[in-house]
Amino acid sequence: MARKAEAKPAQSNVPELTKEQELSAYRDMLLIRRFEEKAGQMYGMGLIGGFCHLYIGQEAVVTGITMASKKGEDAQITGYRDHGHMLVMGLDPKGVMAELTGRQGGLSKGKGGSMHMFSNEHRFYGGNGIVGAQVSLGTGLAFAAKYRGDNTVSISYFGDGAANQGQVYESFNMAKLWNLPAVYIIENNRYAMGTSVDRATAQGDFSKRGLSFGIDGEQVDGMDVRLVHDAAKRAIEHARSGKGPYILEMQTYRYRGHSMSDPAKYRSKDEVASMRAERDPIEQVKNRILEKRYGTEEWLKEVEAEIRAIVTEAADFATSDAEPPAAELWTDIYAA
Amino acid sequence: MPTILMPALSPTMEEGKLSKWLVKEGDTVKPGDVLAEIETDKATMEVESVDSGKVVKILVPEGTEGVKVNEPIAQIQAEGETLEAAPVAKTVPEPSEAPVVAAEKAADAAPSVAAAPAAPKFEAAADPDLPAGVEMVEMTVRQALNEAMAEEMRRDKDVFLMGEEVAEYQGAYKISQGLLQEFGPQRVVDTPITEHGFAGIAVGAAFAGLRPIVEFMTWNFAMQAIDQIINSAAKQLYMSGGQVSAPIVFRGPNGAAARVGAQHSQDYSAWYSHVPGLHVVAPFSAADAKGLLKAAIRSNTPVVFLENEILYGSTGLVPKVDDFVLPIGKARIARAGKDVTIVSYSMGMRYATQATEKLVAAGIDVELIDLRTLRPMDTATVIESVKKTGRVVTVEEGWPQGGIGAELAAVVVAEAFDYLDAPPLRVTGKDVPMPYAANLEKLALPNVDEVIAAVNAVTYRG
Repeated sequence: MARKAEAKPAQSNVPELTKEQELSAYRDMLLIRRFEEKAGQMYGMGLIGGFCHLYIGQEAVVTGITMASKKGEDAQITGYRDHGHMLVMGLDPKGVMAELTGRQGGLSKGKGGSMHMFSNEHRFYGGNGIVGAQVSLGTGLAFAAKYRGDNTVSISYFGDGAANQGQVYESFNMAKLWNLPAVYIIENNRYAMGTSVDRATAQGDFSKRGLSFGIDGEQVDGMDVRLVHDAAKRAIEHARSGKGPYILEMQTYRYRGHSMSDPAKYRSKDEVASMRAERDPIEQVKNRILEKRYGTEEWLKEVEAEIRAIVTEAADFATSDAEPPAAELWTDIYAA
Repeated sequence: MPTILMPALSPTMEEGKLSKWLVKEGDTVKPGDVLAEIETDKATMEVESVDSGKVVKILVPEGTEGVKVNEPIAQIQAEGETLEAAPVAKTVPEPSEAPVVAAEKAADAAPSVAAAPAAPKFEAAADPDLPAGVEMVEMTVRQALNEAMAEEMRRDKDVFLMGEEVAEYQGAYKISQGLLQEFGPQRVVDTPITEHGFAGIAVGAAFAGLRPIVEFMTWNFAMQAIDQIINSAAKQLYMSGGQVSAPIVFRGPNGAAARVGAQHSQDYSAWYSHVPGLHVVAPFSAADAKGLLKAAIRSNTPVVFLENEILYGSTGLVPKVDDFVLPIGKARIARAGKDVTIVSYSMGMRYATQATEKLVAAGIDVELIDLRTLRPMDTATVIESVKKTGRVVTVEEGWPQGGIGAELAAVVVAEAFDYLDAPPLRVTGKDVPMPYAANLEKLALPNVDEVIAAVNAVTYRG
């Protein structure tokens, strides 16, 4: 029953985005793509240490979901593949890149690294390094929303790998038991590091993972930002209206290895190439922008230049900024 | 003109083989296009372009071994760049070259890392002065803990209690008795038996600014949740550069109760006291239980609050004041003396107190210190005492290796070596899983005679 990653034909009758939404989605996704390419290059140059998990290929997921959420009000939390989430939520690309290089101007003062960045202001709660832990934490953010009655929802992202962790189901159980405003996004990119979904999971339809708790779910083409956005609207509305948690399985794909040091030997080059060529989330939006005359080639080039400038500025800052002062070793351990 | 550099596959890679070029000079490339394959003894990896433009020069032919990381391997002429402009660009440092310089600098700087700055000293406040003639009320540790939670829940609507059997059942050990009736089910939350899950949920709620009290039916079950306590709660403030804290209290009975066997009888004091980012409190008396639990609930640092089932029913005098809060991180001198220092905490204080009574009757002037807090540990009070007595015995129920006594002994030897008249001695639980049989369990735990024997040894009495 091996299920191969396949390049599905684009669906017809999909809910369309407005012109503004398409343009903004294009810009957000391109920022992630160019930022991550730069991060990959800088990792190769030894400027970024440790682990560096790139989001290239999965851009439509966080972009479509954030578009359907109340930015700055709804809480979001994810695992360690987190750069894209921060960029789309509006965190400063310079601060993100400087955190990757471990500099004092990094979002966590250089003390967190690629996997650990947060922002109370943007309601982004990481950036969590232990696979699956963010699901309980995100459910706690939903608990707080319900406790306060502030009408916000909590959106927790986790991968097909994390979906096999026990605490995910402990959290599902309590989220439904207490009808918490929790939206669970399973980013199924088909590989938990080097282990394909087929080799790791008895139930490969992740949208059904909440059924025994009475949590509904949907499988969504996570390469098409229109479908992501449409499903996210339903899921978020469900949670916000007091009906409790909802699961979206985003069928997506990462082009790069699990982390920068992963050569990705566990899948064929053809598989990656066909996904890139036929299902690329950014190319899809770009083609629609041109087809529908939402923007010209000229406009696309301008956006490309604008994004390139943002990324270059981030990279320059991240390489010229000072390392944190030694005194930072001892700060932020105990809260005042 | 953008230069393509030999990339590293990992931070430890220094060189590799350029096994294959997938583009040739004159080809046009865009970001994400695979340019080449490189190989180390561990793996093969693709080099992708981050630029758009034309490959004008391949500098390292395919098949070359031992290409150093960050060595230029190709040049790309970016879109819009003219050929004439290229040589000019070579003489001016380009933004894309800046990182190389920084990388080299970082590498050069690596071996000469400056010595770590000294750790800041933690200074706890003294216990508050009580008003003259204050009424002292006798109550159990159980009542004291219950009052502390009730008072803090009245004071702050963000404080809530969650755990197994805390609400309808009124608490497995009745610590939460009456709280459901007063505060309702929204703030006194029964959970399923799911420690890992509800600990994580509570930490998430704390990230959002609530102040959860998590009751573990016993700390033994919290091993299911220890990842959330340490990785999510304790490290959060540091990892976020001071942005997001987790104001949360994890509490419940710790250590041996009676005849419940190995899996229900472990003392976790040393485990949690090991972790920076946590405060660890382990009170003995009813007054300390109340004052320190109130402080823990108000703390913005996550607190591990270790209670003891056997002590729940013991009584003590608690001052009747409006707001009785004690400082976390301050030891209490339970009895001042000059011959020998005994240091203990929680249930260990019961053995230590009884031993002290007998020793004092025998003419040994014992100074007895109740640590109360295990992290930050008030070693200053211990050192000051040892400088006076020259002898120290530690008492705990936990295992000896890497224990609280081991830590105290190390600190005393390092900071008061010249004052010592005898080696520090530890009285601990035996280095075995807790047996069930009544006689064996008794043997596994410390007792009063062992404390007396240790004091006799350090004072060189028969």
